[in-house]
Amino acid sequence: MRHTISVLVENKFGVLSRIAGLFSGRGFNIESLSVAPTLDSSTSRMTIVTRGDDDIVEQITKQLNKLIDVIKVVDFTRDEEFVEREIVLVKLNAEPSNRAEILRMTEIFRGKVVDVSARTYTIEVTGTEGKVGAFIEMVKPLGVIEIARSGKIAMSRGKKSLG
Amino acid sequence: MKEEAKELTGAQIFVESLLKLKVDLIFGYPGGVVLPLYDELFKYQKPRHILVRHEQGAVHMADGYARSTGRVGVALVTSGPGATNTVTGIATAYMDSIPIVVFTGQVPTHMIGNDAFQEADIVGITRPCVKHSYLVRDTKDLAQTIAEAFYIAASGKQGPVLVDLPKDVLVNQAKFTFPESVELRSYKPNVSAHVKQIERLADALEESKRPVLYVGGGMISANAADELKKLSHHTHAPVTETLMGLGSFPTADPLQLGMLGMHGTYRANMAVSHCDLLVALGARFDDRVTGKIDEFAPHAKKAHVDIDPTSISKNVKVDIPVVSDLKDALKKLNTEIAKRKADWRHKHEDWLAQIAEWKAANKMRYQPKKNIIKPQFVVEEIDRITGGDAIFTTEVGQNQMWAAQFLKLNRPRTFLTSGGLGTMGYGFPAAIGAQAAFPDKIVIDIAGDASIQMNIQELGTAMQYRLPVIVVILNNGFLGMVRQWQQLFHGRRYAYSCTEFQPDFVKLAESYGALGLRVEKPEEVGPSLERAIAARKPTLIDCVVDREENVYPMVPAGAPITKMLLA
Ligand SMILES: Cc1ncc(C[n+]2csc(CCOP(=O)(O)OP(=O)(O)O)c2C)c(N)n1
Repeated sequence: MRHTISVLVENKFGVLSRIAGLFSGRGFNIESLSVAPTLDSSTSRMTIVTRGDDDIVEQITKQLNKLIDVIKVVDFTRDEEFVEREIVLVKLNAEPSNRAEILRMTEIFRGKVVDVSARTYTIEVTGTEGKVGAFIEMVKPLGVIEIARSGKIAMSRGKKSLG
Repeated sequence: MKEEAKELTGAQIFVESLLKLKVDLIFGYPGGVVLPLYDELFKYQKPRHILVRHEQGAVHMADGYARSTGRVGVALVTSGPGATNTVTGIATAYMDSIPIVVFTGQVPTHMIGNDAFQEADIVGITRPCVKHSYLVRDTKDLAQTIAEAFYIAASGKQGPVLVDLPKDVLVNQAKFTFPESVELRSYKPNVSAHVKQIERLADALEESKRPVLYVGGGMISANAADELKKLSHHTHAPVTETLMGLGSFPTADPLQLGMLGMHGTYRANMAVSHCDLLVALGARFDDRVTGKIDEFAPHAKKAHVDIDPTSISKNVKVDIPVVSDLKDALKKLNTEIAKRKADWRHKHEDWLAQIAEWKAANKMRYQPKKNIIKPQFVVEEIDRITGGDAIFTTEVGQNQMWAAQFLKLNRPRTFLTSGGLGTMGYGFPAAIGAQAAFPDKIVIDIAGDASIQMNIQELGTAMQYRLPVIVVILNNGFLGMVRQWQQLFHGRRYAYSCTEFQPDFVKLAESYGALGLRVEKPEEVGPSLERAIAARKPTLIDCVVDREENVYPMVPAGAPITKMLLA
């Protein structure tokens, strides 16, 4: 099963390599990972999407907690109701024949055109991972040049916070 | 007016900090970038510095010091090759959760990443085998970092911490204030046992008809042997120990089952396989202990007390998890047990009778031969002559297992062995580290002829500092344990496991000015040990033993632990 895990860490030298190393060294997989500082610049927040049965994910969260620089770990998929978002930039071949279709798809997915050139459109779509994935599938036949996905970020619903 | 803190160089701050931490010994080896530091060690003349012969030796010595004293061991080396030479020692300490702090020199901060002379990314190289590590980037952070490093190494689940010290950090100045105490918001190591879980554990013990206490190295780290004895004696629950747990519970105690697992005793493996309650205390269900995991303690409810949540339910599903400092948990458990009205003495008499039967059926034994020294006999002689009042270390292989099987240990911290990593070359430097901590004790490394050659250069260290370690080589002319596996599982094809060339160990010892003795007959073993002990100087005893003796019982890797080869 896929799990979305948020990790609050000390914003210190080498933290990312400790976390990445933990995953590779113990054979856990990372499907996506996003990191950025929080309001308090001494901490960073990571969102990790991983896959594994319950025992493995339990080990992952315990092992993360064991790292000295990790302040808090929440496995959303297990513990909490949460909202998730991902952003994707998709650069497409924009030919006279498919421009209208690209714009129509962008409209349907409530995306935005963020860059236009003679031959290309770059579209931004934000939403759940599922929505972002669906958009990419829909525009693939239209001639995708490249994509950049942010990886998922997540936050619990209601009052709860990571810290 | 508040006293202004003094400006000191990083090197001075280093020494001052170690003195604040009451470090009395450093095992080290100098080189370019740490020279400012060595200069200060020279000027201060403290802490005492022991010059090793190889940086791996320094780390094993710090480890031996830590295991024998319970205090943090300290190693200090230079950058690049000095740092990379520490890796095996650090990994050894990591696998066995031993508190050491390793200081490595580093090239100046502005040169890091430039492939400068003797630069190695030692923080990166050791990342998977340290509890934590630091690259100090500013002299003003140095004192705080050193305080944190010691705190982290020694608290919670203990382990090695590495502190990388760039040269400019040692040379630059900063105000020196040493933190009174360390608080880290991301690290809260002092966990105490949940009362509800302790009650559940007490219930389980009360209900159990066939309990076993399964004790690992955590018992020694937690200094909880007295509480264990109390628990076992009060509840009449028998105790089995892992290799790492040896010394937690006296070998001669009637409730002692001996070591379990691959080379465990018949009764320990049978008891674990038939018990209805297995209480793991600071043990981690390692594969060398469990054998085939699905058939490990198949009838037992399992409880697990451990300070490290990651080791609970990692390999084996546990019914009663207790995340706690072991001493705290056992104290609470003993209090709880004392309230219970169970007839502890009689409630599992049948079980103890069954264990006695298993014990009688298959004692730890070997076939003595008239003119050939059996390696087990050597260990028995060591035990007889020291009366167990010594610190023992081992190398890795058959020597290690025979030491584990035939020594009678009375106290924790008297059996130092590389359990998790199985590092050949560990025993001798670890013995030197222990001897440095306890100059008046008898310290004996039980060695194999191959292992001893991995760090034999430390004879120089032992001589220089007059550390009268005794090395007893069980010399079979083979990589014995490898040969045993090849004999049993690879059709007797002894592929590259015979050390066809050997040095003359006696002359080798003598070339260092140490005492060298060669022993070829069983009746010479005892006298040679007595001579070594009386000599009070580093001694190598080369015992020529039966070449193809095997360690039994043996559970083939991956088999259930009831499937023991007994001879
Ligand atoms: C550094 C290292 N290399 C290789 C091994 C694999 N190994 C385990 S036991 C052993 C043989 C040890 O031989 P010796 O020291 O003579 O001890 P014996 O088994 O004969 O008592 C070897 C090679 C190891 N444990 N450590």
